[in-house]
Order: sequence, then structure tokens, then C-alpha cells
Amino acid sequence: MGNMGDYDYLIIGNSAGAVGCIEGLRSMDKNGTVALVAEEEHHVYSRALIPYYLGGQITRNKMYYRPRDFYDRARVSVIKERRAVKIHSAVRMVELDNGSRLGYGKLLLATGGKPVYPPISGLDKQQNVFSFHSMKDVLGIERELPAVRSAVVLGGGVIGLMAAEVLHKRGLDVHVLELADRLLAPVVDETTSHLVEGALQKAGVTLYLNNTIDQVHGTQRVESVTLKDGRSIPCDLLIVGVGVAPRVELAQGTGIEVNRGIVVDKNMQTAVPGIYACGDCASTYNFVTGAGQNLPLWPNAYLGGRIAGFNMAGMERAFVQGTAMNAMHFFDINIINAGINVTGAETPDGLDVIQEYNKDTQTYRKFILSEKGHIKGFILVGQIARAGIFLNLMRRKTDVRAFIKDLFKTDFGYADLPETLRWKLLQDDVILGVV
Amino acid sequence: MGRIKAKPEVCMGCHLCEVWCAVAHSKSKHIIKAFLYEEEKPLPRLVVEEKLPLTFALQCRHCAEPDCVTACISGALSKDPETGRVLHNPNQCVGCYSCVLTCPYGSIFINPRKREVIKCDLCAGLDTLYCVSHCPNGALVYEDC
Ligand SMILES: Cc1cc2nc3c(=O)[nH]c(=O)nc-3n(C[C@H](O)[C@H](O)[C@H](O)COP(=O)(O)OP(=O)(O)OC[C@H]3O[C@@H](n4cnc5c(N)ncnc54)[C@H](O)[C@@H]3O)c2cc1C
Ligand code: SF4
Ligand code: SF4
Repeated sequence: MGNMGDYDYLIIGNSAGAVGCIEGLRSMDKNGTVALVAEEEHHVYSRALIPYYLGGQITRNKMYYRPRDFYDRARVSVIKERRAVKIHSAVRMVELDNGSRLGYGKLLLATGGKPVYPPISGLDKQQNVFSFHSMKDVLGIERELPAVRSAVVLGGGVIGLMAAEVLHKRGLDVHVLELADRLLAPVVDETTSHLVEGALQKAGVTLYLNNTIDQVHGTQRVESVTLKDGRSIPCDLLIVGVGVAPRVELAQGTGIEVNRGIVVDKNMQTAVPGIYACGDCASTYNFVTGAGQNLPLWPNAYLGGRIAGFNMAGMERAFVQGTAMNAMHFFDINIINAGINVTGAETPDGLDVIQEYNKDTQTYRKFILSEKGHIKGFILVGQIARAGIFLNLMRRKTDVRAFIKDLFKTDFGYADLPETLRWKLLQDDVILGVV
Repeated sequence: MGRIKAKPEVCMGCHLCEVWCAVAHSKSKHIIKAFLYEEEKPLPRLVVEEKLPLTFALQCRHCAEPDCVTACISGALSKDPETGRVLHNPNQCVGCYSCVLTCPYGSIFINPRKREVIKCDLCAGLDTLYCVSHCPNGALVYEDC
């Protein structure tokens, strides 16, 4: 196969990061040629909608993240069902799995992540084992569902619990296995974990903490699993949701630095000129910790891509809005958290933790503050209205000590801020003194 | 493209902007019928912030680079490049609340009746901005910017 053409901009991947890049790029450069390589066959869809689709809340059509004519209108040549396999950075060329080559001026890697399968023998060879990550999983799970009575979900993190809730709503017997001693361990603190555990148990989901699969039984299909503690669970569907690893294959052998994710600077550029990365495959700047980190979340992927797009088109912009941030709900519990998460009794040096738990209303608020009174992290459970105000205070490194008690007010808002700060944050949005 | 600005020094805290916002988003557009007879009571898409004696109304800023649109996992939120309005399509929304997490002004409101959010659409399809035109004291103004 020969050369398929040269493009000013080439994007690998077809998800949040890619769309963010295209929209950023096209707002700056209307004429440059753009191509996108997508290994999946589907029009751009939101994998974050998988639980909503399988739960029956939305139709397949609504999984598409942009209208059908999006790429045409953005004048992007989409090369579908092809995988990019190698970057020849010296000659600015990308090779595809069929041997054809694409030249680029600027290249974006938005390759996302790949579900991790733990090394349990027999796990990945069975027909009724899926991760909860792609359209392929969705179609596979859907095919199995009519005959499934009992499902095992391996992993009590965000994805595993979303899967558990959906399967429970579909009328299955659901068993969640978690290696740690609590659910959502790296994401939220103990109090929040226990509230979520309570909600799942109340709904009738069976939890197995400190536990994992020791043995998988069945040859073509999993029929049951034996746990580390010897118990056995019959199962006709097994969902693996233990995590996602950044897809960094393309960066290998190019001089691009990889530190779990593809390392980029604040402009989203890798160490190799002209090559950018964003989203789940990248290691990006976390404004709370100041470190480069994998921040595999939708807003970070979209915005990182958008900012990469601006930079690729020649407008310098920095991605300094990213941090860990989740809006989650499990059964009747709503949770929003962002920034660093302090768990356990020990509070790291220089940080202060304030929290308030109301047993009657099942609401919980926790803030992690620096010595200077800057919010470094927060968790809201039950009461999440206007949560973005806290994220904004965090982004703007606002000293909150003067109104610290008000942070717990259920209707906390801009009125609760000190006068000068309030008008500064609302800037020209509020007119003062012109009666 | 403009936005609605508040003048706190003349705001009486009467909450009529909230009431009229709800009316603007009702079926009948009639202040009595909307609340008495409509199947779903209409909800306001702005909030009067209060720390007495201070009161002022705050609604969506229709940001140039809206964080809510960035965060939306379903494509329900979008910025209309022609009008500058940041619009929410309830048919696409799944109620994940990512936009609630990211809007710096707390201007995305949770619909307590279903997994969905509501926000200011600058009275799309109507001929006046209800909060502005019904404020008895002129504490809300629409400014081009
Ligand atoms: C079930 C589920 C629920 C989620 N819910 C939320 C949520 O509520 N909120 C939130 O913030 N985040 C959520 N996430 C995370 C969010 O979906 C991801 O952060 C986001 O999808 C990352 O986007 P991305 O563009 O980096 O890559 P991805 O979405 O991972 O897409 C990468 C694409 O690139 C393609 N690709 C990779 N390598 C190549 C190659 N070499 N050649 C061609 N194509 C290639 C892949 O096939 C894939 O289509 C959820 C994830 C899952 C799985
Ligand atoms: S809802 Fe919030 S983030 Fe979105 S445009 Fe309005 S003010 Fe900006
Ligand atoms: S709640 Fe609706 S509008 Fe808001 S981010 Fe989620 S899907 Fe988008």
C-alpha cells in the first residue's frame, strides 16, 4: 500500500479527545486538511453512556456524541476500521495496519485506554466475559443478557459499580468482587465508600470485599467462579472492570516520553515536535498537585483535545484546568468530588481536613485545605447542587478561611463570599453602583 | 452575543425573576395557569443569591468557552456559534451531572423530578427575556458584549 495522502492535521482515535481537538482546531483554522484514523467501525460515540444505554434509559442513536454529519461539516476525512501501527516521526508519517501511510503536519494521539484483564487463568478466553468499555462490549453484553440470571462484576471502582447497578436494574443477581477492603477506594474516602456500600446492599447487590477470583470454571463459557476465600458463585455473565491502561503503543520507539501515559507539556505537545497527545492515553498537568498525571475523565479528554487543537493550529493555549473530578451516582446516591482525596486517619503535612456528615439526610461534605486556605479537594455526597462553585474556588486558588463554615451550607453560593472576592469572581457580570 | 447582568444595589430580593423564568419555561406562559394546572410545575433556571441585605440574581453567563459543554458526556450541551447561546437538549441529556460539577457559577440546575438538568436558554423562542422584562426594579439588564 502506498501513500494515502498528506494532511495538515492527523488525529488518531475517535472519541472525546478527537472531537475536542477538531472543534478547537476548526475554530482557528477553517482550511487546513484534517484526517482521523479510527480503529472502531462506529460513528463517534460516548463510552460514558454505556451504562445509560444498557440500563434502557437511552436508545442506541443517543450514544452518538455528535450528529451523523459532524465530520462532513468539519471537513474531516475519516479513515475507519484502520489502526495506526507506527509513527515515523523523522518524516512525519503514520503507518496503518494495512501498510498504507499518511503524512502529517501536526499529529494528535487520542488513543484512549484499554481495559486491564488481571492475570487470572481462563478469564479472557470465555464467550461470556466482557469489559464495560466499548461498543463491542455493549453488543456482546446485550447478546448475552436474555439468558443471564447471575452476573459477577470484578472490580468495585466507578466502572464496576456502574455495571453492577445496570445489571441489577435488568433483574439479574449481581455479585461485586473488590480486592480492597472498601468500594471506590482510590476515588473517594471511607465515609463515602460506606455510604455507597449501604446503597448497593440495600438495593440487593451482593458485595465481596477483600476478595477476587481464584478460579474460573467452564470451558467456553464461565459457569461459576471460586473466590479467594473459597466461596463459589454461579455466573453466566462476567464483567471485568478493574481499570484501564493508557494506550501508549504508538509512542514507543519515537522518542516520546512515556510515564504510564504519554507525557505532554501544558500545550499538550510531546517531546517530539509536532506530536500532541490528550485524554486517557496521556499524562497531563493536574492543577491541584502540579504534577503530570493520568486523568482519565471525559472533561479532561475533551478540553485537553480542544487545547491541543488550538496549539496545533498555532494559537498557544495551556491546559491548566485538569484534575481528578467525578460526578457519579449509584442508586439513589449522588456524589461529586474533585482534586485530591484524603483517606484514612492521617492527614498529609500541611493539609487540613474539614467535614460534616448528617446521618438523617445522608449528606456528607468534606474539604481538603492547604495551609493557605486553598481548597485542594472536596467530596459532596447527597447534596451536590452548584458544586462547580467549589471547583471554581479551587481553580482560582481562593483562600476560603474567612467563610469556612459557610462551605457546609446547602445553598452555598456567591453571596457567601467576602464582598471584594465575590465581585472579582463575577467580574463584569454584575454591575455595581449604577442606579 | 450578550448576557444578563445583575445590579445588586437595586435588587429587592423579591424572587420575581425566578417566578417569571419558570413561567417562561411553562407550556401556557401564564403565571397562574402554569403553576395551578400544568402537569409539571415549571422550574426556574436562575437563582436569587441572598445574604441579607445583599441580594442579586445569577444565571448562566453563556461563557465564551463553557465548562459545562466541555464536560457533557452526551453532547446535550452545546454552544450555538451563531447566537452564542449555550443550549441544553433535554432529549440527549442523561442526568450525569458532569455539568453541575464544572459550571463555575452554579448555573446548571438539577431537575428534582427526573434525571435531567435545566439551564437558562436566554428565553429561546420568546420575544423578551422574562427575568429582565419582569423585574419590577430594573435589577436585571441585558447587555451586549
Ligand atoms: C462505562 C464508562 C463510563 C464512564 N463514565 C464517565 C463519566 O461519567 N464521566 C467521565 O468524566 N468519564 C467517564 N468515563 C471515562 C471517559 O469515557 C474517558 O475518559 C474518555 O472516553 C476518554 O476519551 P479519549 O478520547 O481519551 O479516548 P477513548 O474514549 O478511550 O477513545 C480512544 C479511541 O481511539 C481508538 N484508537 C486507539 N488506538 C488507536 C489506533 N492505534 N488506531 C486507531 N484508533 C485507535 C480507540 O478504538 C477508541 O475509539 C467513563 C468510561 C467508561 C468506560
Ligand atoms: S452553564 Fe455555567 S459553564 Fe455553562 S455557559 Fe452557563 S455559566 Fe458557563
Ligand atoms: S447532566 Fe445532561 S447536560 Fe449535564 S453533562 Fe450530563 S448529559 Fe450533559
